[in-house]
Amino acid sequence: MLKINSVTKQFGGIKAVDDLSFRVKKGHIHSIIGPNGAGKTTLVNMITGVYKVDHGTIFLDGADITNITTDKLVYRGICRTFQNLEICENLTVLENVLLGFDKYMDKSIIKSCFRAKSILEDEKRHKDRALHLLSLIGLEKIANQKAENLSYGILKKLEIIRALGTSPELILLDEPVAGLNPKETAEVADLIKTVVADEVTIVLVEHDMKMVMQISDYITVINFGKKLAQGTPEEIVNNKDVIRAYLGSGVVC
Amino acid sequence: MFMGYAGQVSLGHGAFAGLGGYIAVILSSNYELSPLFSIFISVITMAILAFIISKPILRLKGHYLAMATLGVGVIISIFLNAEDELTGGSDGMSVDSFSIFGYEFTDNLQWYILCAVLLVFTIWMFTNLVDSPFGRVLKSIQGSEKAANSVGINVSHYKSIVFVISVVIATISGSLYAFFSGFISPAEASFSHSIELVVMVVLGGLGRIYGAIIGAVILTILPQLLTSFEDYQTLIYGAIIIFIMIFMPKGIASLFNDMKRRLLAKDK
Amino acid sequence: MNELFGFLLSGVTVGFIYALVGIGFTVIYNSSGIINFSQGEFVMAGGMSTVFLLKAGLPLGVSFILAIMITSLIGIILYKLISFSKDSSQISLIILTLGFAIFLRGLAEVVFDKELHTMPSFVGDGSFDMFGTTLTYQSILIMVVSIVIVIFLYFFFKKTKTGQAMMAASINVDAARLMGINIKKILMINFALSAAIAAIGGVLLTPITSTNYEVGIMLGLKGFAAAIIGGLGNPFGAVAGGLVLGILESLIAGYISSEYKDAVAFVVMLGILFFMPGGIFGNTKAQRV
Repeated sequence: MLKINSVTKQFGGIKAVDDLSFRVKKGHIHSIIGPNGAGKTTLVNMITGVYKVDHGTIFLDGADITNITTDKLVYRGICRTFQNLEICENLTVLENVLLGFDKYMDKSIIKSCFRAKSILEDEKRHKDRALHLLSLIGLEKIANQKAENLSYGILKKLEIIRALGTSPELILLDEPVAGLNPKETAEVADLIKTVVADEVTIVLVEHDMKMVMQISDYITVINFGKKLAQGTPEEIVNNKDVIRAYLGSGVVC
Repeated sequence: MFMGYAGQVSLGHGAFAGLGGYIAVILSSNYELSPLFSIFISVITMAILAFIISKPILRLKGHYLAMATLGVGVIISIFLNAEDELTGGSDGMSVDSFSIFGYEFTDNLQWYILCAVLLVFTIWMFTNLVDSPFGRVLKSIQGSEKAANSVGINVSHYKSIVFVISVVIATISGSLYAFFSGFISPAEASFSHSIELVVMVVLGGLGRIYGAIIGAVILTILPQLLTSFEDYQTLIYGAIIIFIMIFMPKGIASLFNDMKRRLLAKDK
Repeated sequence: MNELFGFLLSGVTVGFIYALVGIGFTVIYNSSGIINFSQGEFVMAGGMSTVFLLKAGLPLGVSFILAIMITSLIGIILYKLISFSKDSSQISLIILTLGFAIFLRGLAEVVFDKELHTMPSFVGDGSFDMFGTTLTYQSILIMVVSIVIVIFLYFFFKKTKTGQAMMAASINVDAARLMGINIKKILMINFALSAAIAAIGGVLLTPITSTNYEVGIMLGLKGFAAAIIGGLGNPFGAVAGGLVLGILESLIAGYISSEYKDAVAFVVMLGILFFMPGGIFGNTKAQRV
């Protein structure tokens, strides 16, 4: 479904991502792991058009999507979340989720100014859908609370729910459990599994090995911007190169 | 509005209002177009102008944006001063009376009614706009541009739209003011006037429509009250701004909100 | 040719004044991240106080020093006000300094008056001919004093303990605080220093262009433009920016149109902001999305 074809990104003299290629199969949870500074987030930023790709191409279902900006990719069915939480704290929980439906909404200024009926009905319909999404993580009761009053763990989940609003075919999750406690991590892992049940493909960038090994269908390991290994979780756990790279940075799987 | 909902600050809006006013006045006086039609053309021209400059200017943020808008404003004001054949230079020019479909607005009462109707209408449209999905997009841009971008919102496009809308409103008010006072001079487009507008918004509280109106009322009444201390007018004016920025930076409207919240809390 | 040289010289003279205002902006911006919109009013305060102290019968030197002290004090007051403020968002602080500028203008109106004032030059009204054009002693004084100030600042920031502490504070406030640097004191010194530089500019300029309570608006804006042109945060950039502006202005006033002279600063500033946001030296990071 997603094909990364020998992409390279340089910052100054350093190659953050170096001639990297891999494929993501439809319906998979495809994890990308690697030590700190391996180029994982750079990769996500390249796929979503935040950084310009120096060399190489990225294909989605055969169509070239290299260097298309994030907002346009949403219309192609790709959505992402962020390593450092990006939630609009000035909005309520419900409004944040409603943002996810933005691409389906009528935002004609003239109609909005005069409170046109079509707009009100449109809004009502999406509110119901947003509440349904919230009920997936049991947040429908606090839908009208300001996001700034909620805990980090809840907001991390909210970010994923918001991405779902865009009805994507592919979601890129950039460290969705970073900074969460074990209980919250388990909840997010659970959420990701239910998302997959909806037949959404997931690219997961994560440090939490326990979770990665639990929920991934396929794993690509990168180190210093290059592909170190790929395979199923079992294959990765037993891969000598991977063990060496991780022991070097002090993480034990 | 430009400032509140997109988290931006413009120090050039006085100049936009002034230039818009001039265009309308020149069209109606020199080319004998009806005032309403002149304002209409002025609005279109200013909207196009705003759209053109919005692209490069809105790529800037914070101080840089403030300075760039300020620069545009000062250039407009110098232009109005310099082109005296067209604008009457620093002496300004007088304006014909205002009429809509042959009905002339002559005395103050008629003006009050017209402005009140317009104001109520504008507030109504704004509240609707802010409550709509469109308004939510603007708020989300203020909250987190990255988040807005990640759900498919073209942030710079929306910023441009807001900028254009705010310039259009400035143009309408600038034109009406010129027709009302029967006179227009480059002072309307000066840096100080732009700042006055910013202060109005901040005084009332950023991102609140009612805030801007409260601010406008205070800033308009204040000088009238202060005329008895004529010499001290500027001094007191500055002191009040400093006071408000230090002690209630969220603006006066936030005081009312606080009060409302406290009252509600008591009810519970 | 002589004409051109004359324009260049007067451009450089005015340019140095813009540079001084620009340096003032930079000193405060570097240490606190605040753009001080009352910088132009500091210039006005310096010039006006000197004029009125002179009128009160004080000798020139004493008035000059007193004026600088008064203006520094105003700078410290502004800092105190800013540190009192509950909200430290960029917009609030911009408005706060704008309010302070209006306040100072009003104060000048009341304490002094609304008339245009001038004062005698320190070095007399003499001039001498150079390359076929006249160079007044005052112009030379402005250039010399400006250069001395720049050199002084250079040594102050690079060689003295206080200066280095100030540089450290501008790079990382928290780290500097952990190292035991008194940030509040540093910021206060910066505001005072910046005001003093502006005051010197005001005093130097008065014999040439005269002064009144409103002179600060344009001067402030142009000093600002100078700081941006040179790349905000770089004092030497501000000097270069000021000189570029002064010369361009003088040339345009001389050859094209004196009416559009004041627009030059802002046209150049916009061009720089749009196309090279780091200033002509391109070494500072501008905030672009």
